[in-house]
Amino acid sequence: MKKLLPELKKSFVTALWFVFLTFPILVIKVNTVRNTILWRWANMIAVFVMTMIFSWVWRRLLEKRARGERLVDLSRVLPRNLLDIDIKTVFARKKVSRPALVVLLVLAVLFPFIAGMYQTNIVTTALMYVILGLGLNIVISLGGLLQLGYAAFYAVGAYTYGILNTRFGLNFWIALPLGAVLAMLFGILLGFPVLRLKGDYLAIVTLGFAEICRIVLENWNDFSSGPSGINKIARPPLFGIKLTVPQSVIYLYFITLALVVLTVFVVRRLENSRLGRAWEAMREDSVASEAMGVNLTITKLSAFALGAFWAGLVGVLFAAKTTFINPASFTLMESILVLCIIVLGGMGSTAGVIIGALIIILLPEYLRAFTQYRMLLYGSILILMMVFRPGGIIPKVRKSYVFKADGKIEGAGHE
Amino acid sequence: MSDSILDAKNVTMNFGGLRALNNVSMSIRQGEIVALIGPNGAGKTTFFNCVTGVYPPSEGTITITPPGKSQEVINGLAPHVVAEKGLARTFQNIRLFQNMTVLENVMIGRHARLKSGILGAIFRDGSTREEEEKVIHDSYEILKKIELEKYVNEVAKNLPYGAQRLLEIARALATEPFLLLLDEPAAGMNPKETGHLDDLIVRIRDTEKVTIFLIEHDMSLVMRVSERIYVVDYGQLIAEGTPAEIKRNPVVIKAYLGEEVNA
Amino acid sequence: MDLNYLLQLFISGMTRGSIYALIALGYTMVYGIVQLINFAHGEIYMIGAFTALIVATVLNMTGMPGIYVFAIAMAVAIVYSAAYGFTMEKIAYKPLRNAPRLSALISAIGMSYFLQNYVLLAQTSDFVSFPRLIPKFRFLEGAGGMLSSTQVVIFLVTAVVMVLLTLLIKFTKIGKAMRATAQDKTMALLVGININQIIAVTFVIGSAMAAIGGVLISSHVGQINFYIGFIAGIKAFVAAVLGGIGSIPGAVLGSFVLGLTESFGTGYISSDYEDVFAFIILVLILIFRPSGLLGKSQKEKI
Repeated sequence: MKKLLPELKKSFVTALWFVFLTFPILVIKVNTVRNTILWRWANMIAVFVMTMIFSWVWRRLLEKRARGERLVDLSRVLPRNLLDIDIKTVFARKKVSRPALVVLLVLAVLFPFIAGMYQTNIVTTALMYVILGLGLNIVISLGGLLQLGYAAFYAVGAYTYGILNTRFGLNFWIALPLGAVLAMLFGILLGFPVLRLKGDYLAIVTLGFAEICRIVLENWNDFSSGPSGINKIARPPLFGIKLTVPQSVIYLYFITLALVVLTVFVVRRLENSRLGRAWEAMREDSVASEAMGVNLTITKLSAFALGAFWAGLVGVLFAAKTTFINPASFTLMESILVLCIIVLGGMGSTAGVIIGALIIILLPEYLRAFTQYRMLLYGSILILMMVFRPGGIIPKVRKSYVFKADGKIEGAGHE
Repeated sequence: MSDSILDAKNVTMNFGGLRALNNVSMSIRQGEIVALIGPNGAGKTTFFNCVTGVYPPSEGTITITPPGKSQEVINGLAPHVVAEKGLARTFQNIRLFQNMTVLENVMIGRHARLKSGILGAIFRDGSTREEEEKVIHDSYEILKKIELEKYVNEVAKNLPYGAQRLLEIARALATEPFLLLLDEPAAGMNPKETGHLDDLIVRIRDTEKVTIFLIEHDMSLVMRVSERIYVVDYGQLIAEGTPAEIKRNPVVIKAYLGEEVNA
Repeated sequence: MDLNYLLQLFISGMTRGSIYALIALGYTMVYGIVQLINFAHGEIYMIGAFTALIVATVLNMTGMPGIYVFAIAMAVAIVYSAAYGFTMEKIAYKPLRNAPRLSALISAIGMSYFLQNYVLLAQTSDFVSFPRLIPKFRFLEGAGGMLSSTQVVIFLVTAVVMVLLTLLIKFTKIGKAMRATAQDKTMALLVGININQIIAVTFVIGSAMAAIGGVLISSHVGQINFYIGFIAGIKAFVAAVLGGIGSIPGAVLGSFVLGLTESFGTGYISSDYEDVFAFIILVLILIFRPSGLLGKSQKEKI
């Protein structure tokens, strides 16, 4: 009881502060056309109550963070036995992870037939963001390069297919690798001028590049048809046959799913290779990595290029899926959305990115009531994750090895 | 055997108006353990930086003659090229890859000696797979030599300080250098660790056939381990000689040693 | 060479530059002291504008003379933006002071989105017209429409703010403490400076200036919406980086360079690519001078 009063006081003061803070914007609503004012007193009460609660929770969580304790202690709720099972090590064992993957794959394959067209469409979008997240992971999580203009490469892929298909009838299947390669070249092109830039400067310049691209697309009407965009882009053909819309949806789902598998495969391989290690060394300490023989120029450019590759790939997919593209789909918001995904899921962790993408894309769909507050939620998630769990939902686990007397085995650390 | 493998001639380094190195010439012969000492700010690390390519010297030439190869000029080359040619270094302030494991830190050291690129990484053909297995194996062997193998899967930042310093050496060794430049390897170590270190230095020179050039402030380590010593002060070379000669050298004593050295 | 046109563009560029400067200073001061790009700084500017609009509209209904409404609205906007800046720092940045830079950057981005949508939901997504508060000055009638009264006010206020800021940084105890903290936080702590307080003050001052900029430009342009902070924020940030992030004179220089370039660029080349000029200049400067026009090249000691 003794501790309760000062805590209540703190929350009370904070609540009053927030009522003050939000008063003009939240309580007063002016209509400059009709010259009226709407006083929304109920908002004030809501702010007061919510702040009382949140500030109390916030302070508790900060204390826990400072003490290094787990933020959510389930041991009071769940029985001991259940908690002793560490989920990660369970799944790391091949006996569990292999059949689990098979089950997952089977479910994934059956999904479009169970769930219907609308759901399938949404999940396809989520899967596309999985690929984007994995691609951005290469640049930001592995390479440590603050790339804030990922949407530009996405646009390169989309417009490659959009323009070449509607004007020259280019086939989807040729456009797919072509868009990816062009995005990759673009990545190298954009990488050159920023080679010497560090951290924040790099961030703002990559952001600038993306904005320049978008503005050019919006204004260079002859090339990109400007803000009205390109429409009637062809959906992917199945061995030359044009599919109906519902068939296309399922087809695109499987194409995307296959590409996700490909991406995961390739990215994991890259990560566990000489190049992947060079990326991480560059991120950790570029001076030391150079002293150990890492060619920074090539390593940086390859990170940009390989990251951009996946964005280009998804760009082509996107154009084929929506059959209409315009510059508004490639704003800074897109780049930040992908950033959100990898931050939320866990930077550098494959499973994390998948979860992150699914949450960020699927959740708003299933919480229709909250669509309005979606952006508020994204913003808050970013802040909360960074303060309390910067590693993400599934933080990256480093590869570890077991060295036996005779040979060696790869141990756990396999996400 | 007594040919010089590193030859620095008339090296001068200016940073704007500040002359950090003034007409410094040094040479290192194969198989030696040479020390570079001097008061703080004398230009020792600056010299190392010029040699390893962090910045090119304003004046002067630095040439290397790797064992079995011909002489070449290295000033102006980028650090990664210098490393590939066989010069490895550690840093005054620990520069490990903090969030990577001990093993991975050493594996990076192998970077210049490996060949696989993007395609190899993606397709994992036979030669890439062999190379990767070998990297893991070789890195572990190096850890064993430095007696760090118990930390193999530990993330570098969690290591005790002394182990971190040793890990930097292990990482540098992984580059298969013919010349190893150690920048204050004993900094912050306790006497037991330092004793351990001087055994290690001699062992590296004897078993791995690596020439050692070290910057150090710990005089007892320097005196025990080095065969030759260069002394710099205010960017200039003020003395050169054996430990015994340096101990007696009045210029050196005046500039630096004072009461610190016990016979 | 149409001198009239040139002059108009020049004035327009200086106007832009002034506003950018007011915002850019906040960016650069915060960066100098905590090495954080406060992505949400543009939103502070926007909130200042909205607060002023709300206050002004309410006061206008009471029939108060325009210039008083303007003064009160400005004062209230400053107070509120400062409050938002202060609160923002405590919630999203203070807990991350020792975290890696990327974390703080992402938190800032999150805060930016949060505030944008907060205003969007609480007010409206439409453009809202800003009341006409500054009367047309009589003495300007001879200028032939080249210079408007709002522009005069902008120049005057910006100049006053610059002078006050310089006096503060150079001659007051707090200014000294700010400079010390920016140079070496640990040392500043050791000599007894209350770091938390200084950082909070920096945010407050930066936010106040952004608010001033917000109110001024809204009076000039006549309408605002929840998104203006984003664009102005990016431009002002470009200006700060252009001048050398962390450098106060750099922020001012960069802002005017940017403002004039945009003005002349849109006037002589094309108005479609207005936003592109900012980025092209930025990229060019950073390629040839990575630390910006007046920035200190951060030579890392190896």
